[in-house]
Amino acid sequence: MKVVVCVKQIPDPADPGALDPESKTLVRDQKLILDESDSYGVEMALQLVDTAGEGSVHLVSMAPNNEVGGLRTALAMGAESATLISDDALSGSDALGTAKILAAAIARTEPDLVLAATESSDGYTGTVPEMVAELLGLPSVTFAKSVAIDDGTAKVQRQTEAGYDDVDCPLPALVSVTAGVVEPRYPSFKGIMAAKSKPVDEVTCGDLGIDAGSVGWAGAGQEIVSVEDAPAREAGEVIEDEGEAHEAIVAFLEELKVL
Amino acid sequence: MGLEKIWVFGEGNGESVASITLEMLAKARELADTVEVFMAGDGDDYAEELGDHGAAAVHATGDLDGAMQGVAVASAVASAIDGGEVESPDVFFLGTTQDGRDVAARLSVKLDAPVITNVVDVEVDGDAVIGNEPIFGGTVDVKTKNTSGKPGIFLIRPKSFTAESVGGAEADVEDLDVPDLGDAGGAKVTATFAEESDGPKLDEADIVVSGGRGLGEKDAYAMIVDLAKSLGGAAGASRAIVDAGWVPYSQQVGQTGKVVKPTVYIAAGISGATQHLVGMKGSKHIIAINKDPEAPIFAVADLGIIGDVHKVLPKLIEALDR
Repeated sequence: MKVVVCVKQIPDPADPGALDPESKTLVRDQKLILDESDSYGVEMALQLVDTAGEGSVHLVSMAPNNEVGGLRTALAMGAESATLISDDALSGSDALGTAKILAAAIARTEPDLVLAATESSDGYTGTVPEMVAELLGLPSVTFAKSVAIDDGTAKVQRQTEAGYDDVDCPLPALVSVTAGVVEPRYPSFKGIMAAKSKPVDEVTCGDLGIDAGSVGWAGAGQEIVSVEDAPAREAGEVIEDEGEAHEAIVAFLEELKVL
Repeated sequence: MGLEKIWVFGEGNGESVASITLEMLAKARELADTVEVFMAGDGDDYAEELGDHGAAAVHATGDLDGAMQGVAVASAVASAIDGGEVESPDVFFLGTTQDGRDVAARLSVKLDAPVITNVVDVEVDGDAVIGNEPIFGGTVDVKTKNTSGKPGIFLIRPKSFTAESVGGAEADVEDLDVPDLGDAGGAKVTATFAEESDGPKLDEADIVVSGGRGLGEKDAYAMIVDLAKSLGGAAGASRAIVDAGWVPYSQQVGQTGKVVKPTVYIAAGISGATQHLVGMKGSKHIIAINKDPEAPIFAVADLGIIGDVHKVLPKLIEALDR
């Protein structure tokens, strides 16, 4: 079974950077790491291949400056190879532009299953996986909280507003997984060493047969017109608990007349 | 100024219309002459309530027989527009829900139109339709304009607008035929499960008490439930403890969970990650209890208690129950 996992390499959330006031894109000049949201998809893929007894896990990522830091982490977890799409023309791509690139790269590998996170931690549009499915003509299940493969069908529990649905989805298919679907493994030392020599195929828009004008700033059907600091919420009183703090809470609630 | 027509994605439970749909209708009426709803399911179930909230028509697919709403509804809309059965609206509004996102994404590809996500407000400036999206946990506001020349697809966050009954006549029910979906329509829902909880609903409660990693262990969540019960409120949770399997996802407050705007929000053992703040910052009053004085949650709290939830909560529950 061949599984492709879409992974995003993002700035460390502990140091998320800022929007460039000129270009209005996220400044991504610091080292990028594997989006934690994607570690669940990587782990899920490794487990499914393991259960199937055969197959491989391949990564697809789009990132500036031929960045591979996050890919190496996922390779160290056990993925076999990666495709990295890096091209200056991609700067400013919106969700649809990104999906077009990922779909073109995924199509070259003809996977049985495409996994992705439901949303990235930094952009969180939550729309790219489903767009990729549509572009590839695949059935899809989003917000999966459990996934099993049974005789060519993905058996998925999909989160809903009220609880969850059981969904059967024939392969090939795309499934987007939530954090918590599995417990991602930590890369072993051996895995980290092995990852250094695993193949990362670096491609450009041209290699994928994509017109640079249809992606990036040129292709984005949307434009950021302003970036402003939001009115800050004023912080209130902060007290240290010395055994009586609950009384302050009760007094606060009484003042609001909610008791 | 002003748009001709907005289509709002409708969601409902077979009896009543989801709050997010009614919220979007209120905003859509402000911006456009005609507001219509498109949705999966039986339009007759919702026509009266939708009309009352200002929808002139509801385009409904009928029973999807288990097919996913994303592919089915988006395909139905695209083929109705292509076939000239309906006139394309200027703008689509969909809620930031599981199905809302799926429909928006599939529709975006089919119409080659952009999706503008996480929108909390929409304005019209001449011909331009502009969405306002808070980023970095709501500390920065970004405004994004649809420049595609195609209808803009806006994914709206819940609780951004206030639903309003305007006493409109029952909406006209129109069929929205789902074409043959081919392989893309292969996924089928085989069973549906609802997680039951007592008391008021999380996103409707006047008081919400949420717990996070600071509780230390799953069993300690019982304190959150007890406190919520004492206050007649609902119990919520941070993503961290939902991911850890302590509580079901239906109780998650935050970017990927429910958006709540209660009169009082009590965050116990929650540090206040961006993911969480997005879902509760709109609360009228916020009380935070956390051991770490540096926790970001204190920056938005009206009353912050630096302390151990295991010590503060039992005393608080006891005092309230007295």
